Amino acid sequence: MSKTQHPVELLRFNTCGSVDDGKSTLIGRLLFDSKSIMEDQMEALERSADITGGGQVNLANLTDGLRAEREQGITIDVAYRFVATPKRKFIVADTPGHVEYTRNMVTGASTANLSIVLVDARNGVIEQTRRHSYISASLGIPHIIFAVNKMDLVDWSEERFREIRDGIESFLPKLDLFKDVKFVPISALEGDNVVTFSDKTPWYEGPTLLGHLESVHIASDWNLNGFRFPVQWVNRPNNPTDKTLHDFRGFSGQIAGGIVKVDQEILVLPSGQKSKVKEIWTHDGSLEEAFCPQSVTVVLEDNLDVSRGDTLVGFDPLPGHSSDLAARVCWMNPRPLTSGNKYYLKHGTQTVQAMISSLESKIDIRTFEPEPNPVELVMNDIGEVRLRTSKPLVFDGYTTNRLTGSFVLVEQGTNATVAAGMLHSPAQQYKPEYTDFSI
Amino acid sequence: MSSYHLDHLQYLETESIHVLREVAAEFERPAILFSGGKDSICILRLAEKAFRPSDIPMIFLNVETGHEFPELIDFRDRRAEELNAKLVVRTVDEALEKGIATATPGQISRNALQIPVLLGAIDEFQFDCCIGGARRDEEKARAKERFFSFRDAFGQWDPKNQRPEIWSLYNARLNPGENMRVFPLSNWTETDVWEYIKKENLEVPNIYFSHERECFRRGDQWLPVPPVHEESGKADPYEGARPSEEEESRTMICRVRTIADMISTGMIESPAESIDDIITEVAAARVTERGSRADDKASEAAMEDRKKAGYF
Ligand SMILES: Nc1nc2c(ncn2[C@@H]2O[C@H](COP(=O)(O)OP(=O)(O)OP(=O)(O)O)[C@@H](O)[C@H]2O)c(=O)[nH]1
Ligand SMILES: [Mg+2]
Repeated sequence: MSKTQHPVELLRFNTCGSVDDGKSTLIGRLLFDSKSIMEDQMEALERSADITGGGQVNLANLTDGLRAEREQGITIDVAYRFVATPKRKFIVADTPGHVEYTRNMVTGASTANLSIVLVDARNGVIEQTRRHSYISASLGIPHIIFAVNKMDLVDWSEERFREIRDGIESFLPKLDLFKDVKFVPISALEGDNVVTFSDKTPWYEGPTLLGHLESVHIASDWNLNGFRFPVQWVNRPNNPTDKTLHDFRGFSGQIAGGIVKVDQEILVLPSGQKSKVKEIWTHDGSLEEAFCPQSVTVVLEDNLDVSRGDTLVGFDPLPGHSSDLAARVCWMNPRPLTSGNKYYLKHGTQTVQAMISSLESKIDIRTFEPEPNPVELVMNDIGEVRLRTSKPLVFDGYTTNRLTGSFVLVEQGTNATVAAGMLHSPAQQYKPEYTDFSI
Repeated sequence: MSSYHLDHLQYLETESIHVLREVAAEFERPAILFSGGKDSICILRLAEKAFRPSDIPMIFLNVETGHEFPELIDFRDRRAEELNAKLVVRTVDEALEKGIATATPGQISRNALQIPVLLGAIDEFQFDCCIGGARRDEEKARAKERFFSFRDAFGQWDPKNQRPEIWSLYNARLNPGENMRVFPLSNWTETDVWEYIKKENLEVPNIYFSHERECFRRGDQWLPVPPVHEESGKADPYEGARPSEEEESRTMICRVRTIADMISTGMIESPAESIDDIITEVAAARVTERGSRADDKASEAAMEDRKKAGYF
């Protein structure tokens, strides 16, 4: 890479919104107009058009790759596609609109930094639009675009566009904060305002959808405050060819928050032992410092008992440490969530047992108001719960750190992943027993 | 490092290393599927980065159809030895002999026969996880697959009922007999793979570079002319995969873009002699890499159907 070139930035985004609002068509259009479709893919598309579409090419089939999806003309599971423009690289997740596949929408949205919520201009905002907006907000996705689609079917009416925009703006304050919100009138089918400007919307100043994706400010959506290092794997060579490595004992993992430097003081949690960073080892040589989300191997000054599931943390600020937790969950299982239920809970690199101690509230998607003390959460419900874990977790609030503030619940027996959980900020920080540490 | 920023290759790298370490920590007997192809070459480098200075805590497994490019086999064996890894090879021929697999009459390609061989090896060594180099950009069914792709006791993928995969919290739990396939390169593109090979200065088998080769035209592909059959008395393993009288053959300046075996790998005409040439060529390409593979062309949903049956 030459000096004048900036490193290529990567943006991960997803499409969501209700059934048939045009999510897959939009991705197809984006791929097509950005010349990301290869000839053999185009041929395959034309072949399938002759068979099922009466000769009409269906752009949605570029992402709807499963047999069952093409048969039914719907998206069932997330498709990941890749687009590169001279400005950015994109990882695109096209998620399903059907309410029964909400779990797959959550899958695709959980790793996104930007979410495009589609709205059919004829139908306006409906329940599933609201659910997906709420999930995107809960997942802490910082950037959101509301794409008002099928504008061709409402005569490119500015009034209709404004009406939908105003409706959305009136409920946005009830959702968690997005860093930025954009509204774009488009026709995914015909390509207006997707990659190129449309002459049918003289009342719209821009940008185009792609123009916004290429320019939205995404530098450091990662958390660089508060060093967090969940130990993934203890690196202990059995028979090193290099004799100097005979006593090597490092802790391998991905930095989940903050920055770490050689000589820095750290705490091992939950044991509370204190040590110093002796070396930040990587296969490419040792580093003076490392940051989130790098994968490294940390060697400590002292020979402490540390294993997978433990977390190395910096002092400023300290994380929460508790086995009594409050969280928002998206429930994804046909068997309902009720208090008293037990699950495995995976958080960072550790899996513990968890019991639901109480259901605090369930979100009414039509009003975004919490209904207190529900009896159960059924599939696709979102609610607030309290849990007790068999071992304390070392955590941050999800709004502070998406990596140390998230967990999944796994059903015992079937091993199905049944919930995505977002922890509330800890009521109190971990209190070290040492008084002699220096910050 | 003055700015705390990862470029896209560094981001993909750290994601893949995290996945590999999760596998090492969560499974008892994981294997890496290592064919010697460009994707699995990247996997090995990522495994070095994940586990050094320790040994890579996984067995290498390769399933041979018996129609491999000899260059690839040499490369594979040498690389495994350099890394001090245990390499297990299981072949379609053995499986046919043992009766684990049965050939379809008239079918020359042994692509589908790799499935029972793979499942047999999983059973023989009790592997609970197999790491593969597949990427989501390769094919539309793969575009739908999770990093941790659950397989039932019959090795089947159920695309309509995949486990949700939220954030990077991979659910690795299995009941006895079940199996996981893990794809650390899920988010990589063909271009990313070559840029990484360049950045890491990785060696790749020389059939990826332009060379002279005798090829023949079958369907819309240029297939390599198989090696001469010398052992008279034994059946020709390439029976049916040699050019007939009507099929045009000629010497070409060509290379492979993706490698299956000799029967299903289309050669592409190319002057690309270096990694840089390949990167330029891939950037300008108007067909996908799998456009040169016969195994994917069998039907519209060929890949999905094979994966449902237990394919990589
Ligand atoms: N007229 C018009 N039709 C559109 C437009 N965008 C999409 N459609 C049509 O709307 C239908 C549904 O489109 P899809 O892209 O499959 O919808 P989806 O949102 O991906 O649906 P699910 O993934 O199943 O939730 C198709 O028939 C499209 O051709 C548009 O801008 N204008
Ligand atoms: Mg769709």
